Amino acid sequence: MKLSHIIEKINCDLLTEPGPDPEITSCLASDMMSDVLAFSVPGALLITGLVNSQSVRTADVADAAAILYVRGKLPDEKTIELAGELDIPLLATQMTMFDVCGMLHCEGFEGAC
Amino acid sequence: MSAGCFTVKVSKEHADMGDDALYQKEFPVHGGDFDKAGEVSTQIKAILKAAGIPDDLIRRVVIACYEAEMNVVIHADSGNIRFLLTPTNIQIYIRDRGPGIEDIEQAMKEGFSTASDEMREMGFGAGMGLPNIKKSSDGFEITSTVGEGTELKIVIEHNQS
Repeated sequence: MKLSHIIEKINCDLLTEPGPDPEITSCLASDMMSDVLAFSVPGALLITGLVNSQSVRTADVADAAAILYVRGKLPDEKTIELAGELDIPLLATQMTMFDVCGMLHCEGFEGAC
Repeated sequence: MSAGCFTVKVSKEHADMGDDALYQKEFPVHGGDFDKAGEVSTQIKAILKAAGIPDDLIRRVVIACYEAEMNVVIHADSGNIRFLLTPTNIQIYIRDRGPGIEDIEQAMKEGFSTASDEMREMGFGAGMGLPNIKKSSDGFEITSTVGEGTELKIVIEHNQS
């Protein structure tokens, strides 16, 4: 599924400049970055409430396709800038992690491990 | 482009790592500097991409390196990461000055962590760091002296033929 389709379904905001529309292969939800590194697969959507620069670093290391921040949390400008440098689209929603996961599961996504 | 495109030779001071190094570089890591944490791993990823190393191998190298880099930032006062690319493998040496690890066997267990609440707020301290490094590596060695620091050696083969 394309990232643009997820943006439409979840009704979330794109925080980074519009760019390529990557294919999302799976989803991984966690606030613990070591868990993300242990269980993610390339092309995953990282769903997290952790909004610091380590979320972006971790997404880059894990080859995640994009990050969706939940619970209305927003990263600072430096983190958004880093995501731009590393070509990682950032999304944000007011929804909880549980609700986002439920919606994406209904869309046919499985966990990324 | 293949890994062989690199022509930088290893310096004499690192001759103990072998004479066949195509590229080597050493990076400092500063304990507690969360703003820059992960920069070394990002740089190593770029080097390996330029060398034509396959994506799945780069991912393993960078996951191991990033976990090790974060361990230095989280637990140590300072440290360094030495990265070496040879025709057959990728070697990463991480050396830190810090509290060291009292019980390595316990530290290798998934879920065991001595990280503070502040570190957990940064997204680390799940007790997966060392297990993740070992899982991502073909070769893994760790030595530590309490009150002095910890040394890690990570090897990932890239020429399986």
